[in-house]
Amino acid sequence: MIKTIVSTELPVDEQFRIKKNVLQNGKGGLRFCVVTGTHGDELEGQMVCYELAKLVGEELNMLNGTLEIYPALNPLGIDTIQRGIPNFDLDMNRIFPGDPHGTMAEQTANAIIEDIKGADMVIDIHSSNLYLRETPQVRINVQNEDSLVPYAKLLGMDFVWVHDAATVLEATLAHTLNTNGTPCLVVEMGVGQRINHKMCRRLVGGILNLMQSMGMWSDRKMPDITPPLICKGNQVSFLNAETSGVFLTELKCGVEVDKGETIGLIVDPLKGKVLSTVTSPQRGYLFTIRAYPIVYEGSLMARIYNYEEI
Amino acid sequence: MRIETIFEMTSPYRDKFRISGYKFGSGEKTLAIVGAMRGDEVQQQYICSQIVKRLTVLEQCGDITEGKCILVIPSCNPFSMNVSRRFWAMDNTDINRMFPGYDQGETTQRIAAAIFNTLIEYKYGIQLASFYVPGNFVPHVRMLRTGYEDIDTACLFGMKFVTTCEPRPFDTTLLNYNWQLWNTKAFSVYAGQTDQIDIENSETTIDAILRMMSRTKIIHHKSIAIDYRSIIADEGELQHIKAGHAGILYRVQRVGSRVVPGDTIAHIIHPYNGQILEEVKATTEGIIFFAHHRPVVLQNALLFMIYSI
Repeated sequence: MIKTIVSTELPVDEQFRIKKNVLQNGKGGLRFCVVTGTHGDELEGQMVCYELAKLVGEELNMLNGTLEIYPALNPLGIDTIQRGIPNFDLDMNRIFPGDPHGTMAEQTANAIIEDIKGADMVIDIHSSNLYLRETPQVRINVQNEDSLVPYAKLLGMDFVWVHDAATVLEATLAHTLNTNGTPCLVVEMGVGQRINHKMCRRLVGGILNLMQSMGMWSDRKMPDITPPLICKGNQVSFLNAETSGVFLTELKCGVEVDKGETIGLIVDPLKGKVLSTVTSPQRGYLFTIRAYPIVYEGSLMARIYNYEEI
Repeated sequence: MRIETIFEMTSPYRDKFRISGYKFGSGEKTLAIVGAMRGDEVQQQYICSQIVKRLTVLEQCGDITEGKCILVIPSCNPFSMNVSRRFWAMDNTDINRMFPGYDQGETTQRIAAAIFNTLIEYKYGIQLASFYVPGNFVPHVRMLRTGYEDIDTACLFGMKFVTTCEPRPFDTTLLNYNWQLWNTKAFSVYAGQTDQIDIENSETTIDAILRMMSRTKIIHHKSIAIDYRSIIADEGELQHIKAGHAGILYRVQRVGSRVVPGDTIAHIIHPYNGQILEEVKATTEGIIFFAHHRPVVLQNALLFMIYSI
């Protein structure tokens, strides 16, 4: 059943709507939400929602409980190929829990929280941005490490990053839900404005695996789930560009790198010179790499999980 | 007056990115003024340019107090203004949401760090700011309530309003918030406009800043402009008036107008047939403090904020 959770008039002959698909079966009382599209330039979640809605819709008898799918929390952002909400300065994922008396964006954020809260599990799917490519991973605030890591292990992602708490991140959808007792896992994978089919299908399998472990899904042919690497925030190196220029690399993320290994070159196309070399400061697991080649001093080039041995 | 380069960075395809500071007087780091942080803050940049002009004359006349140093940074983001973008053009990040910055971090974090390292230790700080909601304000001084806000000094500007507001998580990376935490008496000055130059509001703001500098004995200057005994307002107590319908917004009342309950302050007009969909009315007696300024509005958009009398 398609439900509208937010409906507002736009100035000229158009209604702004945020919709969800509610799939329900059996006597189970658990509610599982899959949300995405907060950032309009992140599209992997669109395929995940499509595959889930199709698969569960066709095999509804395997569902025991309620699955709610929200493909587009920021439909105008997706439609206009922009990360944020058109004509609004702030990142939508920095204004939760919103404000029923605030701007239209803040009212929308509030309505989203009111609709989702109380769910037994929420998966918030992101796909980096235009600039960075990410290994399929789950991100968890250190404050929720004990309660969420066991669930994250069931999602079939390569990597779980338990990151430090930051005040500015208190206004994310996930933090707001987790603070209010609604468990929420943030998934990051791929790169902005593109869809990686393989990653999306893996996540669909992981979501069904998690639902199965919660007694919400019954399928004998579930995929094998490999345990992810679990990483704490202080074990991550951030590599930033030393020079402005054009970044060239042969590497993809999700690989092991050695200390001193070249991640890529920053070059000057006018003079035909290498301006700087991005190298790994230690052996580790490269889980983020620069995707957009034009860089300025300080641009994030890579993130590496430091470990001694895999 | 000395011009100093506060930050410089190479660009792949453009000239070097530079942030320049204009210094007046010498001695104690007394006052820093920051202009455009975003590429559309033309009003803010214009005001800074006029302050540089006025301080140049004051310095030549010996009217800057001995032992006091003043720094003016007219623009922290010339690259964005040159290409008509509000935020950092490469990745759309907002320098004003990167403070206190990080000199080993991403590009706008590094820019923020360089600015912040220059600004700390100044006794007073003024940022010519713009708001995240599009619209016009009565020119005013604004402070986040950090526990360090200095309302008495804010009143020395002699602007009509001094407002305070409770910081939200996304405010903790603003310059004003961090400047206060690092012991600068920091004030955000809203000059009514952002992407247009409004001469009347600019003059009001320039006079207010010079008045504050005079009253804190940084300069010798006699103002003949209107000097208000500031109304101190908590932003949470302003009355919000929203659009009941979407459509074309036709404002009837201006920012600064005094209204009584029932006064029509705007019409929302059907975009096809021209019928009035809604007469927007004042709900309280007071002064229009903020007004939405885009010609079309969404349903439930914030149209006005009224200070109740």
